[in-house]
Amino acid sequence: MEALLSLFVKAVFVENSALAFFLGMCTFLALSKKIETAIGLGIAVVVVLAITVPVNNLLFNYVLAEGALAWAGFPEADLSFLGYLSYIGVIAAMVQILEMFLDKFVPALYNALGVFLPLITVNCAILGASLFMVERDYTFTESVVYGFGNGVGWALAIVLLAGIREKLKYSDAPKGLEGLGIAFITVGLMSLGFMSFSGVSL
Amino acid sequence: MSETKKVLVQPIFSNNPVALQILGVCSALAVTTSMQVTLVMCIALTSVTAFSNLSISMIRNQIPSSIRIIVQMTIIASLVIVVDQLLKAFAFDISKQLSVFVGLIITNCIVMGRAEAYAMANPPGMSFIDGIGNGLGYSVVLIFVAFFRELFGAGKLFGITIMPLVNDGGWYIPNGLLLLPPSAFFLIGMFIWILRTWKTDQVESSEYKIMPHVNKESA
Repeated sequence: MEALLSLFVKAVFVENSALAFFLGMCTFLALSKKIETAIGLGIAVVVVLAITVPVNNLLFNYVLAEGALAWAGFPEADLSFLGYLSYIGVIAAMVQILEMFLDKFVPALYNALGVFLPLITVNCAILGASLFMVERDYTFTESVVYGFGNGVGWALAIVLLAGIREKLKYSDAPKGLEGLGIAFITVGLMSLGFMSFSGVSL
Repeated sequence: MSETKKVLVQPIFSNNPVALQILGVCSALAVTTSMQVTLVMCIALTSVTAFSNLSISMIRNQIPSSIRIIVQMTIIASLVIVVDQLLKAFAFDISKQLSVFVGLIITNCIVMGRAEAYAMANPPGMSFIDGIGNGLGYSVVLIFVAFFRELFGAGKLFGITIMPLVNDGGWYIPNGLLLLPPSAFFLIGMFIWILRTWKTDQVESSEYKIMPHVNKESA
């Protein structure tokens, strides 16, 4: 239990996927102008990550890894080179299913998430988390915690940035820096702030 | 300027994918601690963009528009698998250093963006050149960032010592910040600033005008 808690804290603060690994930067910068949109996108990312990382973990351990197909009678098969294609397929399919499910049963949340749900398929924070999970050999339970923690960390970062940018638009920045330039430097400062967590472990 | 040259050169400064269109920023920041790794990443991305543009453009009239995203994804993912296997076979150390970022070329918005915006509407030859042009635009930003990070962070370029470090008996005290993530954000911010000072049409209009300061006595 302690190890899982420590993994969660690590995924949220120490290895924040947006600020320490630069994952999902495109949407991070493009959609962080308003707090409401940032919150919507953040929730969508948490939900999708918490589902896709464990699913990809099962897929890797029972189908793709070397010798994983022993249960089907192919003990020598090594399909790990098909990884990228399968993970992105799983992500695209999960997002589609989630979209249909929410549309049917939770229309309020569906409307709140709006266009962000399909956009998430091409968000590298999602694929990145699955790839890190495979690279680090997480077990199924660890992958659930890691996926969820990673999503929370990303959501936290984008909401914080949106809060800063809402105030930032009143500032008097140099002409060439206005908009994107100053946003980059702000993210840099936030990233410095998050680095102070780097020694934390439970 | 001929059409071909325009397609090739324009994305480098006038319509840079990273600095102007905010595409493909993730890897631009993560792989830039050393020139060697950066260069490999640039070559990988440029070739994936060029070949995905080429193949998508060749079958653009056959793809039903309702499932085009998944078709593009499959083509891009297959190309990335080829690149990844090549790197693992011929440059294993670098592929270890790039770790997950080779795989992340799949979700790099430059590749998808060009496939969607250019290759779906233009013939294969031009699409290929467009892919190379955008890959170069991305490479310019990456090499700019990596140059400063490696030179001032470690005193080296391509692993060859340029400024001997104090630790090794030299004179240069390295700036450790440049090897940490935040410095990449600052450097790209600077790159955008320089680019927009030079090409002023890229400056964003401010949402709020600030009143000029008026001195009461003179007014």
